[in-house]
Amino acid sequence: MGLFGDAIAWIFSPDRQTGSLPLSEAIGTHLAFTVVSVLIAAAVAVPAGWLIGHTGRGREVAVALSGAARAVPSFGLVLLLVLVLGVTHKVGASTTAFVLLAIPPILAGAYSGVEAVDRRVVDGARSVGMTPAQVLGKVEVPLGLPLLIGGLRSATLQVVATVTLAGYVGSWGLGFYIVQGIQIRNFAQILGAALVIVVLAVVLDALFAILERLVVPAGVSARRAPEN
Amino acid sequence: MTWVLNNLDLIGRLTVEHLRQSAIPIMLGLALSIPAGWFAFRFRLTRGLLLTFVGLLYTIPSLALFALLPPLLGISFLSEVNLVVALTIYAVAIMTRFVADALASVEPSVRQAAVAVGYGAWQRFWRVDLPLAGPVVLAGLRVTAVSTISLATVGILIGIDNLGYLFTNGYQRQIVPEILAGVVAVVVIALIVDGLLVLAGRALMPWTRKGS
Repeated sequence: MGLFGDAIAWIFSPDRQTGSLPLSEAIGTHLAFTVVSVLIAAAVAVPAGWLIGHTGRGREVAVALSGAARAVPSFGLVLLLVLVLGVTHKVGASTTAFVLLAIPPILAGAYSGVEAVDRRVVDGARSVGMTPAQVLGKVEVPLGLPLLIGGLRSATLQVVATVTLAGYVGSWGLGFYIVQGIQIRNFAQILGAALVIVVLAVVLDALFAILERLVVPAGVSARRAPEN
Repeated sequence: MTWVLNNLDLIGRLTVEHLRQSAIPIMLGLALSIPAGWFAFRFRLTRGLLLTFVGLLYTIPSLALFALLPPLLGISFLSEVNLVVALTIYAVAIMTRFVADALASVEPSVRQAAVAVGYGAWQRFWRVDLPLAGPVVLAGLRVTAVSTISLATVGILIGIDNLGYLFTNGYQRQIVPEILAGVVAVVVIALIVDGLLVLAGRALMPWTRKGS
């Protein structure tokens, strides 16, 4: 376990506060990329998913999209977009790739959440005189929230992993330490950075797990979203 | 397009490598997740523990997992074993939940009927539970196969040649068609394998065919 000791020492070394990429800055950038990309993707995918779930239209397209998206290699997509949009726009190009990867799981979470609402509940809401907008806003969306949060959870983890891979195209985020560590054969750095990434991913996952429980309306138990 | 035509040999060779590297984790994932999924289905206590554990494994970003495995297993960082073990871990992580759900989807009355006509636990599992759980297991296997094939490309970051080579090589040499060819090749072989699994499912589970 000597290597793990070295890795822990790497993480807590005073050198991590300084240098070309301080550890706190790498964590901050990693989180910033993740949060911004997931928020942009959510701004697009959540309303679209709610509409698909509410109207039932475009469902096949959404299902096909989330199925096909799983086949797209995220690392290749990042490199492709960086090269196509220009290596001078690495930040924008990488963010575009992260957003594209985050959209399918969020879309799936949004529409499956609305779709999973018992039809009798929707009929009940209509029968008491709710307008379609009220049915969506007051019934379908709140009841579908756990599945939506599940979609956001998958998307976030997917983006955290992909931001790690993006360390190959720029000296940012926690993945850069691993890519650089491989080049200079610094195993303490590779393992140290990996441990920080795992902690980051597990903490984010746990936050979403808590959130998924909190958003369940009192008295309602909803099923969790399928992985991805 | 010219780049693709001039490098068909390379693409073909990398595709074969890629399929070989992906096939082992997919098959191992299926083989390991059947007992794991059974444990998760059969016992309340192990269900929570196992599913939480595989859920945690699944949250580990790929590049970080490549870094964690060598010191834990005493293997070389830049070895193909590292890639195959990592992909197997993800495959088991995805499949275990599917197998547990699949076994839970079998009607209890069917299981009781099997017991009533004299099936022992072992026989009943293989001849009643597993075949009836088949369609959901197949759904899991399809998700696993597609994501394994897509994820294998990350292996190039630890020096394992497969279709991911087209990404890094194309990036370094600034050849857009090369990266695009890599992305398209991965998607195409993932969809072909997915289609083959559907066909295999129909052949092995004729009762799931609709209509005819």
